[in-house]
Amino acid sequence: MRKPLAIVAAAGLLGTVALSGCAKANHDGTPSGNGPTQISMWTHSAGNPGELAVYKKIIDEFNASQTKYRVVQQNFPQGSYNDAITAAAAARNLPCLLDMDGPIMPNWAWAGYLQPLELPAALTDSLLPTAVGRYQGKVYSAGYWDAALSIFARKSVLEKNGIRIPTVDKPWTLEEFDAAAARLKSSGYATPLDLGAADKGEWWPYAYSPMLQSSGGDLVDRTAMKSADGVLNGPDSVRFFTWFQKVFKNGWANSNGPVGNQKFIDDKVALSYTGVWNAQDALQKVGSDLLILPPVDFGKGPRIGGGSWQWGISAGCGSAPSEGAREYLKFSFQDKYLTDFADSQVVIPATAGAAAASKYFGPDGSLHQFAVLSQKFALVRPATPGYPVISTTFEKAAKDVMNGADVKSTLDRAVQSIDSDLKSNNSYGN
Amino acid sequence: MAATPRVRGTRSEASEQRRRRRVWSYLVLVGLAVFFLFPLVFMFVSSLKPDGQILSDISGWRAFLPVGDVGLDNYGAVFDRVPVGRFLLNSLLVTVAIVGLGLVVNSMAGFALSRLRWRGRGLVLGVVIATLIVPFETIAVPLVYWVAHLPTLLFQDGALVYDIGWLNSYKVQIIPFVANAFSIFLFSQYFSTIPTSLDEAARIDGAGWFTIYRRIVVPLSGPAFATVAILTFLPAWNQYLWPTMVVQDEKLRPVMVGMQYFFQDNPAWGEIMAYTSMITLPVLVVFLAFQRAFVSSVAASGVKG
Repeated sequence: MRKPLAIVAAAGLLGTVALSGCAKANHDGTPSGNGPTQISMWTHSAGNPGELAVYKKIIDEFNASQTKYRVVQQNFPQGSYNDAITAAAAARNLPCLLDMDGPIMPNWAWAGYLQPLELPAALTDSLLPTAVGRYQGKVYSAGYWDAALSIFARKSVLEKNGIRIPTVDKPWTLEEFDAAAARLKSSGYATPLDLGAADKGEWWPYAYSPMLQSSGGDLVDRTAMKSADGVLNGPDSVRFFTWFQKVFKNGWANSNGPVGNQKFIDDKVALSYTGVWNAQDALQKVGSDLLILPPVDFGKGPRIGGGSWQWGISAGCGSAPSEGAREYLKFSFQDKYLTDFADSQVVIPATAGAAAASKYFGPDGSLHQFAVLSQKFALVRPATPGYPVISTTFEKAAKDVMNGADVKSTLDRAVQSIDSDLKSNNSYGN
Repeated sequence: MAATPRVRGTRSEASEQRRRRRVWSYLVLVGLAVFFLFPLVFMFVSSLKPDGQILSDISGWRAFLPVGDVGLDNYGAVFDRVPVGRFLLNSLLVTVAIVGLGLVVNSMAGFALSRLRWRGRGLVLGVVIATLIVPFETIAVPLVYWVAHLPTLLFQDGALVYDIGWLNSYKVQIIPFVANAFSIFLFSQYFSTIPTSLDEAARIDGAGWFTIYRRIVVPLSGPAFATVAILTFLPAWNQYLWPTMVVQDEKLRPVMVGMQYFFQDNPAWGEIMAYTSMITLPVLVVFLAFQRAFVSSVAASGVKG
């Protein structure tokens, strides 16, 4: 009777040790002995070989450039990255260096995940304003690049239909845009616009809240960050969302997939509201007929969203690893790496020097227009810890409106939901 | 004599009617089988096509036919993007461990609850059943905090060292899922149908409870073990949320987390279909190998995986 039990117990112990032996601790700091201080770094780039290759180059060169610190990278897929961070924060297991999507930063700073970045002002001042994450007067994050949205069109299609080609200095007015959409529909495009409404999540506030801001509305009152009342449901917002509903009602756009720019490539839509990440492919497929147009001026000047993936240092990172993390970031913000990043990922480099050296975004680069759009029209999403609730509430309200809901009452409900969250969190200290 | 041909005629009419009914039922069943196979056919066929063609074929019958620009490029691209072999191995290891350990632990618990007589047995069974109504998502975050602070033994620099935290390991993917309330309930219900006179006879012959469990109850409970194994296999293979939260090292990730690697700014649909084809194959093999037991387990438990 004792023999089998002993065998089971021994097998259990061996199994436990064997499984434990495969574990890998995630401890930042100095390992045993006199080795370099280990700095763990998490990215959202798993599955993106181009981005990983640039990171590998930066890390290898940083580790080789000195003996004090050693950066160790872990990569997560983007879709589950925020869940992994939240879980790691709950377990107090965050790495020293972590990247984050710009608008989430205030929430993570407020939740105590992040410490102020404390990089030299000369460095952060040299970056695009939208590539620097500020919360309550302090810099918590900084990024190598930013993205930008524009309207893709074919020159031949606009000319054939007698539609004026807008410029950065003279973008389309809303009336012109409506007339263009109607003209293109009557010319044979079943749905002339692809606004990307098949997408979900952060795309919605990223893509459509700049239109709202261009109309005079906003997601929240940015002066105090204490309420969305009168801003998200004010007359300007109601006017914008009424137009937004009309676009789908008139059949100018629909919410059918696929997500991306394929419908424009296949010439099934005439105008595609999409990002710089689709520009290289469009340029290859459409060639010199491709136009990268500025956003529509809804009345208060054109706007596009700003603030993409940026780097931060976790609050739990000890003083020595934090110092190493700063050293690494300073090292990584060299123009040559930013250019590598921009040309590998087709995104706008954060410094003027890196942009000038980029094959795409330099003064003669085929995608230079995106750098201009970013500098002239980009606006970051509200820097409040309540942003995740604002984002999901906005998405739901905009989708309801798209599907035919009453505009004013839908926006009133959205404001109620946002204000309720702000109130229950004491406006997150604002 | 005169009645015989009529009887024969009636019989042959009846058999003709039965034959027709059978043909119709087979036609309906084949139709249903084809209908349910559509998603799988779409997946395998799309895995052979480039993204642009998948999207342009999607609105018609071409979506289910391997026509146009077909090839194995997507499969090659999957290996470039994801360490698919490693992920498959991890999922296999975690799943086999959860199923194997689960069968031992849960059957022993079921045995203790159904065969042994002890005070509070009913209450414990009630508590075990009550935990079934708690969704895993509600306890996930506290569980992460808890496993992050559990003691552990590690091999480091050739020595066994004591450390704190189970995160980033195989055991954190296995051990929380070994004990399973539904499996315990199923075992205890099944064991209670085995006559207790067998236990009594064995006790008279000098057998202890473990011998009774191992030599009498387990050999008589094949269907219960098959049911539990199958019902445990599918959720273990499909684990996504938990490994997302507790595994940071790519070398330890299971297949389902790998799916997210393909959802970049524009999803790579051809590669997604190739990857899903690869990770579905082991499940299909298990299903085909055990389909009789699978169907009877679903019928017996009233639950599908």
